[in-house]
Amino acid sequence: MVSDVVKYYLRRVVFYGLVTVSVLWILTPIVIAILYAFSTTHDYYSPKVVIPTHFTLKHIQELLALGAGPAIMNSIIVASLTILFSFVLGLPAGYAFARYAFRGKDSIKLLIIGLRMFPIIIIAVPLVTLYIRLGLNDTLLGVALAHTSMALPFVILITSSIFAGVPTELEEAGMIFGLSRWGAFLRITLPLALPGLAAAAIFTFIMSWNEVFMASVLTLTNRTLPAFILTSAMAAPDFIKFAASFIMVLPAMIFVFIARRYLIAMWGITLR
Amino acid sequence: MHVVNVRLENLVKRFGKTVAVNGINLEVKHGEFIVLLGPSGCGKTTTLRCIAGLEKPDEGRIYFNERDVTYLPPKDRNVSMVFQSYAVWPHMKVYDNIAFPLRLRKVPKDEIDRRVKWAAEMLQISELLDRYPHQLSGGQRQRVAVARAIVVEPDVLLMDEPLSNLDALLRVKMRSELKKLQRRIKVTTIYVTHDQVEAMTMGDKIAVMNAGRIQQVGTPEEIYLKPANTFVAGFVGTPQMNFVDVTVVSEGGKSYLDAGDFRIEVSSDVAEALKDYEGKGVILGIRPEHMYPIELAPKNVKGPTIKGVVDFVEALGSDTIVHVRVGSKLLVVKVSGSHHFTLGSDIVVMLDISKMHVFDKSSTKAII
Repeated sequence: MVSDVVKYYLRRVVFYGLVTVSVLWILTPIVIAILYAFSTTHDYYSPKVVIPTHFTLKHIQELLALGAGPAIMNSIIVASLTILFSFVLGLPAGYAFARYAFRGKDSIKLLIIGLRMFPIIIIAVPLVTLYIRLGLNDTLLGVALAHTSMALPFVILITSSIFAGVPTELEEAGMIFGLSRWGAFLRITLPLALPGLAAAAIFTFIMSWNEVFMASVLTLTNRTLPAFILTSAMAAPDFIKFAASFIMVLPAMIFVFIARRYLIAMWGITLR
Repeated sequence: MHVVNVRLENLVKRFGKTVAVNGINLEVKHGEFIVLLGPSGCGKTTTLRCIAGLEKPDEGRIYFNERDVTYLPPKDRNVSMVFQSYAVWPHMKVYDNIAFPLRLRKVPKDEIDRRVKWAAEMLQISELLDRYPHQLSGGQRQRVAVARAIVVEPDVLLMDEPLSNLDALLRVKMRSELKKLQRRIKVTTIYVTHDQVEAMTMGDKIAVMNAGRIQQVGTPEEIYLKPANTFVAGFVGTPQMNFVDVTVVSEGGKSYLDAGDFRIEVSSDVAEALKDYEGKGVILGIRPEHMYPIELAPKNVKGPTIKGVVDFVEALGSDTIVHVRVGSKLLVVKVSGSHHFTLGSDIVVMLDISKMHVFDKSSTKAII
């Protein structure tokens, strides 16, 4: 028989072992990418060096020289437009789903999720011909619209659950005490939903920032960062690819670090 | 504060196929505290929400004095409301919660400050003004909700089961406090509850509701002593009134209510009132507190006696509730004070005949 103490420690060892493996699984590629993005060419190619010790910004500079700067700007513009469009369209829909009972509500909800069922590859070619006809091909607006269509179902569902989390009585109290329905939404519901909405915005941003297929198909000269990397940097030496991957993950990591603290602080207040 | 009488005319509200409110007529005079009392789903909250403007009625009219407010948005009615969940805004401090309605009304700043402090003092929450709602207990949040409701000096104060989320002790305390507060500021109040004790202790008037209709409107005494039908009679009072199916019988110039297992002789004026029902079935109603074990009956109480067997006893300390089996019928008798009854022993019960009710069987309306 194994005593309880041994069992207890065995269980802890297994638990922390699994945690360690999972964390390494996720972190190792990121750490390697960042290390090689800054290591000198000599360190990278030397068979004797596994972990580089000499660092440089040269690869990043070369990447920028290849045209990464405008691509980053494009990506930011596209992501911001995507947030704007998907929120302008998605917020009212999410609010309606959360607050009103109407005929066919569940079917419409299902339909919205169903739109995500089609692989993007299937709609890519028809979309390009449509864009050419509309003059939207190779424009940032076009990419943003495509990203909006991808993000919208997600934004609608998330915002509807966020709004559903704000009790109706709080809004009704607002209306009793002098607000219109619109005023009650702006002054009561929106501030309470803000942390959740911010999180939804961040996820939308990262989705757009990472999206490579649509961006590659729809643009030629106005490439977003992932599309640019796919066509330009992939033909370059390895350390340039690592530099590119570093630039790709950077905003996501910054966002998550900031958002985590901000979200917990805000939710601490709203969720009693 | 202006003088405001509230009048509901044939109010109807449907949700899909269900009729929540089915033709309600009600008049509330200025300064009155009226309680809408009824079981859940009887339409009392929907009625209140129609008065608040949170629901639009399908038919009927709502008047504040002569002003038709039926389709006015809530903000233009000068009403306030205390919600069951309190609905204190979590992103505002207590002070701002109370001040917010005044700010929306563009009240000058020093006036706001004065009135918030007045309301906070009324509800004894002056020291909580700087806190957020999540730092308050349920009872304190409740007080904030009430303070917010009275600070605007509403024409009509609406309360939707405001005490049902409080624990029993606090509820009793708040009951008297709310009532005193209402007397002091003399605001017309419409109060929704399913708790008959709340209704009896707080209401100047009670409107008992069931299935979307008002069953009876009256003072607490009227509701208790002269229930209009079996629903009101059964809903108000604990334990519930005893109902026995009886037949009106005439024999040898005397009239009886015959229950099969026992019969009760009735006086001539009662017999007169029941003369159309001779040979027919009616419902006899008698409250547990209006029946006495014969040895405990007060001297001034007169009435027929019924023999039975003690079936079950609930000893509550202040009261003793005896279930008496009479043939196939079960009568509940409430005796004040603590008494001992042996299960299975014989018992003779006296009915206080002057407190007896008789209801029509088909319409359930009170005959006497």
